[in-house]
Amino acid sequence: MRGRMPWPLVVPAVAGLVFLVLPLLGLLVRAPWAGMGERLAEPLVLEALRLSLVTATLATAICLLLGVPLAWLLARGDLRGRRLIRALVTVPLVLPPVVGGVALLLVLGRNGLAGRWLYEAFGISFPFTTAGVVLAEAFVAMPFLVISVEGALRAADPRYEEAAATLGASRWRVFTRVTLPLVAPGVSAGAVLCWARALGEFGATITFAGNFPGRTQTMPLAVYLALETDPEAAIVLSLVLLAVSVLVLASLRDRWAGTP
Amino acid sequence: MIGARLMVERPRFRLDLELEVAAGEVVALLGPNGAGKTTVLRALAGLLPLSAGHIRLDGEPLHTIPAERRPVGMVFQDYLLFPHLSALDNVAFGPRCHGVPKRRARALAAEWLERVGLAGHAGARPRELSGGQAQRVALARALAVRPRLLLLDEPLAALDAHTRLDVRAALHRHLGDFDGAAVLVTHDPLDAMVLADRLVVVEDGAVVQEGAPSTVARHPRTDYVARLVGLNLYRGVADGHAVRLDGVTLNAAESQTGPVFVAFPPTAVALYRTRPDGTPRNLWEAVIGGVERHGDHVRVLLTGPIEASADVTAAAVAELGLRPGARVWAALKATETHAYPA
Repeated sequence: MRGRMPWPLVVPAVAGLVFLVLPLLGLLVRAPWAGMGERLAEPLVLEALRLSLVTATLATAICLLLGVPLAWLLARGDLRGRRLIRALVTVPLVLPPVVGGVALLLVLGRNGLAGRWLYEAFGISFPFTTAGVVLAEAFVAMPFLVISVEGALRAADPRYEEAAATLGASRWRVFTRVTLPLVAPGVSAGAVLCWARALGEFGATITFAGNFPGRTQTMPLAVYLALETDPEAAIVLSLVLLAVSVLVLASLRDRWAGTP
Repeated sequence: MIGARLMVERPRFRLDLELEVAAGEVVALLGPNGAGKTTVLRALAGLLPLSAGHIRLDGEPLHTIPAERRPVGMVFQDYLLFPHLSALDNVAFGPRCHGVPKRRARALAAEWLERVGLAGHAGARPRELSGGQAQRVALARALAVRPRLLLLDEPLAALDAHTRLDVRAALHRHLGDFDGAAVLVTHDPLDAMVLADRLVVVEDGAVVQEGAPSTVARHPRTDYVARLVGLNLYRGVADGHAVRLDGVTLNAAESQTGPVFVAFPPTAVALYRTRPDGTPRNLWEAVIGGVERHGDHVRVLLTGPIEASADVTAAAVAELGLRPGARVWAALKATETHAYPA
């Protein structure tokens, strides 16, 4: 149905678009393009960028390893209290990340419920370490993956799995050879969302892992800190984050996320 | 040899039937939608647990074994070829699951594809195949695991009329080569007649009739089967050639005693505007309930003492003024009226 579009829809739509795009344009306009090369080469920037990429990727790996089976359980499992479990899984999605960080600290901190035992038994301590960053990011990002994969599993026809069973495939083989390939687009889309969320993680990270350059200071933390001391550096760091996000989204969108 | 007593209880549905299929035999389960035919296949395949009963293969219990370990091959109604695998890998999937090394499995799959005439489509993805080709890949995939029981769920239903003819002939050939037991579900009587050695008619979760296709076609025992094979069917009580129905007495070709079925084809009925001369023995006055085109002739639905279908030519419709509500005389040839014990 094409033709004249009603203005009560068009005006807010355009306003919404401007609202979303204008800040990004502002970032580009105010960027100190002249000294960009030198600024990018600063060890602080490179270190933060490397740390961000590594931790976000590790966090995504953890989310895939734990989140895909969890999504499978929610979608296909024969289980009581499915609604409650699903609600619990989505809590980190709506929880303020700072609260997540505090919660992680209470459980995995050196005096925490599990943290004390881990430290005394194995000498493992997460707070204020790079591993802690990964945990904080995974905690916040996992729901994105689980929801995306569960949706894909629900949409996939379970009769393909039955067909595989009649051909002699074990449950595990059905999962790896039939179910996973069928929901691969959903898993990829979920992983991208998850990675992007982990890359931008701030609240839980700074609360649980602190802000140590080279160890736990990821890009968002560096941006926030730089904003107080060296605003231009903050803009440069922000631009880098923006570029990385856009790059990833663009490279994955055509291949996996599928254009409707 | 498969012997099964299948009982499946579900809300508002109950399946309870016995089924025996010999090795090399093709049995067609024929029945209306919702009769429980697919439920039978799913229970045999192990995709649906039995509420009670048993399945035995050569005397060994099968119902205690999970689906993936049953020596069963299944062709699903919409084939369910794995969309992410080529035709070849779809067929190789089963042998791979049974521990055949990858190269051997693919060689085996190639042989099967050649056998069903699709050697040239080994690399094709399912979405690139036509309906008939997909059906043949599905058949090859099911047969490649060397099942001892082959299950086919409406194998021809998804095909258009033209493809259906070829695929039916090919399927007939492959079923002939298959040395295990085969169970075929269909609601198309023609598919069942052509493909099966024996028909089992299922209605409301129970077997209502079974026998050789020709017997079932000649001697239907339920209204559903009679409609399928295009016969008028009644219950009555016979005393010699005379059969007393509810409302009229007919003369049949066979001499019987006691409760019988009486069946005759719509083409055996002749219609007259006035009472015909002479005394045809099977004669009654009827009211026309409806007139509809049926192939190259016209089917007239008669009400009155008994309900019956009569096939006449389009010219006769015009000549006799056959409109709904009109009164006619119906005469029936005794030689085409068959009585058999109920």
